[in-house]
Amino acid sequence: MLRLFLAGLAILLSCVMATAEDGAIQPLLQEHREVIAKSSRKTIAPAIDAIAGSGLPQAQRVLETWAAKAMWMRKSDGHFFAGEKLDSKTYQLTDFDSGEVVGTFAKKELKQLKPNSGIRAMIGTALVQFQLLDADIAKRQAALTSIQRDPEAALLAPLRASIEAEPDAGLKAQKQRLERLLTIGYDADTAARVAAIKEMSGDLGVDVRATLNPLVATTRDVAPGTVPDGVNVAATLVPGKDGFPQVEAYDLLVAKGFAPARVTLDDMRLGLAAHIEGATVGGVPVAQLNTDENRARAYAALAEAGKVAPLVTSADVQAALAAHVFYDTYAEPSAQVAEAAEAALEDIALKVGMNQTLDLTLDALSLASIYFLAAIGLAITFGVMGVINMAHGEFIMMGAYTGYVVQQIIPDHTASIIVAIPLAFAVTFAAGVAMERLVIRWLYARPLETLLATFGISIALQQLAKNIFGTQARPLTAPGWLDGALVMNDVVSISYIRIAIFILALIFLGVFLFIMKRTRLGLETRAVTQNPRMAASMGINPGRVNMLTFGLGSGIAGIAGVAIGLFAKVTSELGSDYIVQSFMTVVVGGVGNIWGTLAGAAMIGFLQKGIEWLNPSNTLAAQTYMIVFIIIFIQFRPRGIIALKGRAAGD
Amino acid sequence: MQRSFIAKNPSVLIFLACLALFTLMVTVLSEGFGVGMISTSFVKTLGKTLCLCLIAVAMDLIWGFAGILSLGHFAFFGLGGYMIGMWLMYERTRLIVVDSLSQAEIPPTGAEVVDAIGNQIFGVVGSSEFPVIWAFADSLFLQLVLVVLVPGVLALVFGWLAFRSRVTGVYLSILTQAMTLALALYLFQNDSGLRGNNGLSGLQNLPGVEASQDVVSLWFLWASALALGLGYLLAAWVVSGKFGSVIRGIRDNEARVRFIGYSVETYKLMIFTLTACIAAIAGALYYPQAGIINPAEIAPIASIYLAVWVAIGGRGRLYGAVIGAAFVSLLSTWFTGGQAPDIPLGFYTIKWVDWWLVLLGMSFVAVTLFAPKGMGGLVDLWTQRRAPNRHGADLGPDDGALREQEARK
Repeated sequence: MLRLFLAGLAILLSCVMATAEDGAIQPLLQEHREVIAKSSRKTIAPAIDAIAGSGLPQAQRVLETWAAKAMWMRKSDGHFFAGEKLDSKTYQLTDFDSGEVVGTFAKKELKQLKPNSGIRAMIGTALVQFQLLDADIAKRQAALTSIQRDPEAALLAPLRASIEAEPDAGLKAQKQRLERLLTIGYDADTAARVAAIKEMSGDLGVDVRATLNPLVATTRDVAPGTVPDGVNVAATLVPGKDGFPQVEAYDLLVAKGFAPARVTLDDMRLGLAAHIEGATVGGVPVAQLNTDENRARAYAALAEAGKVAPLVTSADVQAALAAHVFYDTYAEPSAQVAEAAEAALEDIALKVGMNQTLDLTLDALSLASIYFLAAIGLAITFGVMGVINMAHGEFIMMGAYTGYVVQQIIPDHTASIIVAIPLAFAVTFAAGVAMERLVIRWLYARPLETLLATFGISIALQQLAKNIFGTQARPLTAPGWLDGALVMNDVVSISYIRIAIFILALIFLGVFLFIMKRTRLGLETRAVTQNPRMAASMGINPGRVNMLTFGLGSGIAGIAGVAIGLFAKVTSELGSDYIVQSFMTVVVGGVGNIWGTLAGAAMIGFLQKGIEWLNPSNTLAAQTYMIVFIIIFIQFRPRGIIALKGRAAGD
Repeated sequence: MQRSFIAKNPSVLIFLACLALFTLMVTVLSEGFGVGMISTSFVKTLGKTLCLCLIAVAMDLIWGFAGILSLGHFAFFGLGGYMIGMWLMYERTRLIVVDSLSQAEIPPTGAEVVDAIGNQIFGVVGSSEFPVIWAFADSLFLQLVLVVLVPGVLALVFGWLAFRSRVTGVYLSILTQAMTLALALYLFQNDSGLRGNNGLSGLQNLPGVEASQDVVSLWFLWASALALGLGYLLAAWVVSGKFGSVIRGIRDNEARVRFIGYSVETYKLMIFTLTACIAAIAGALYYPQAGIINPAEIAPIASIYLAVWVAIGGRGRLYGAVIGAAFVSLLSTWFTGGQAPDIPLGFYTIKWVDWWLVLLGMSFVAVTLFAPKGMGGLVDLWTQRRAPNRHGADLGPDDGALREQEARK
């Protein structure tokens, strides 16, 4: 009987072998039928490994079907098939090996395999090796991305195996880079890991730092007597030194259970409250317990009686600290790897620091050009004409709203910006000329009142904008080709809008210099600024020149408004956000000189970014300190960075 | 010819009489002590308006008489409010905390009380420690001293820095505005120690006082009226003497005063600091009536409105500032409170809540252009005081309003 059974088994086995050689996967599945059907995460590993490692072309399809919960077992013979729902009760089964439809079955004859998320993750890992070699480049890329997101030791081998056969050069480079990173993290051979770390040191990628950082992460630990063996110690610590206060050290001892917890003031209060006898606690009247000394006395009495936990004295603390050794350990067991990673990170930190400086410089440049844009119109009206225009910010706002209105009419963003810029200039030029004719020209002799009158106009315009456009922010969308950023590496990047604003600022500088130095208007403006009566007697009409100059300054504010509206939301408060900074720019730079305005904008921009870098969480503080700095700066150079000298300085 | 101070300044007596009459009338008509025709909230509004009049007097001193357009006096006003607010908040929280801790089995220690107060006050900004600047918050006397001391020292330091480097005119205006902005931005931070943009609140409840708000509001009205009267008297005294002549001289021609031999910077610094202290006292009386103070109150715009009040009221005369502040701020309350009737135009209805600021801005431009003397100029029409004919020369305060009449006296 036994012999007969063995013979049967042998036949069956040979049968299985034979079919396996034929390239059928069903026998392999049958071999692991119990574990597959049981679907437990603890026992499933050999089955998945067997399928993945079978080398059969159907293996990928089986795993995918299984993970998608579309694999069914026929109850009659225990065979596995891919199932497809026909209607509510019947399923159509397809054979994995032949790819043919086996037939339709009622649901009660079948059992669906429902792998839980843990098993699906294991199947996913097993599938990666197939996906990495997939013919479809998108699938290979997706597999690579999933490894990047969720690296694992098991993925290293299939990844390595797939590099050789990779036809796409870009993907191959990505695979090689990822292979290096996985080697650092998971390779069994320490030498290989160290070599990989050395190779990647100096790389700026965030992924490299993300791989290296866990290697040098330390945990603080404590042990009685000496440091136990087999621990990769980063540093031993002395309590009370090296930024490791004794309080913290003792807390660690308490947390590890090596010492009794301190009795806190709260514990003391609760302990006392729990042992009130009549009107006294430990011999001290309750009413007197409102000082720490009396409480300590009462508590000591209670502790002596054994009713509460005894106080931990400082002598106890010292003794406990002396009896233990404190140290930081690396999570990484290999000292060599940790050391190499430290060195590599130091290398990277230096490079990152240099690149951050570059990035900060770019940021500061871009902020400076924004301030310059906002201030250049003011430099004309305030600097050249000596007229304070508090409504300058509102001209910026008008320009931005002009851009918004144009975008409502012309939906194409590029065309609308091209239309909006001259239109904004025209609108604010007209507004500026009107304001000069109606208000400012009567107040040239009274600068303080110009300030107040233009302020009146400013609040009226702001409220008017609120009444027309509402209080909510309006979008002014940049054209598509200005989206995105110029990315140099993982640290340095600058958005195209900021580059555009920088270029716009340069153009404005050129235009301003051209008008002032090369045109009739510029000549007349300078003449009127220096001596209006003399200019008038030379045949220049000062009224007209003042009007045109003021219009020009206002018009430039309008264009600046379009530019600022592109990256900031357009609200009625847009202008007032910039007005104080604009005045600062002009005053710090030196009134009456465009180079001064440029220098002022650069100084304020760099200063603000610099302070923000020192205290990144707090832009409010940065602005505060910047203003304080400017107030102090004006002490030393009351006429600004570039001060006019001689007669041009006026008073 | 030694004439008495009152005889030289008849307007002071008239003003004080008007103020006393006003206070008496409000008291009689109030809910607290009188017939109840004026609601408590309106009594508070009137009390606050008196404080605004006081800071307007300070503004007139510095701008109308010394010619320094400071756009930062509301910073001192706010600081004064913060100083008194710290004590009010500390003391009221302490009473609540002591009351709740007295229920506990074990009497609290001093440290526990302070910790609990800190938790109550600073919980909202995620902290429970008392910052250093609250060191004196438990003492009303010290905090009252600080009301004058903190803004005074700030004004002294800022003024010393600004005046010694001869920053004048519009530059000084912008610099003071920057100072206000810096202070407001600083206070907006949560870790500034004054509860960030939550500010200090519940200031209308005086700790340890059982009286109802009807009565308390009148106390504050009296205190504000008294402060305004004293402040007006002080200001009138300051500008009537030799000191006043010098600061008017600085306003009209700073270089000439310097060449005569006066230390212009010292005079400016004195008047700047003095007005800052007056502003701080006004603030310390204002915010307990308003009930809440936050950094938005010190935003640069507030100081500019102050200049607007004084300009509309009339610079260079103290009663002008008071009239301007009272008129504009009460009108503003009326318009923005939605009490003003809408004007239907058929195609559009003018809602004053929306259009009041436009009207204010435009009337401000109009006053600057057409009536540089402001509403105070109406008094001149009444008293038939004419501006001397100087062949079309401007008579705005910057160019020396009333210079000739003063010289004649």
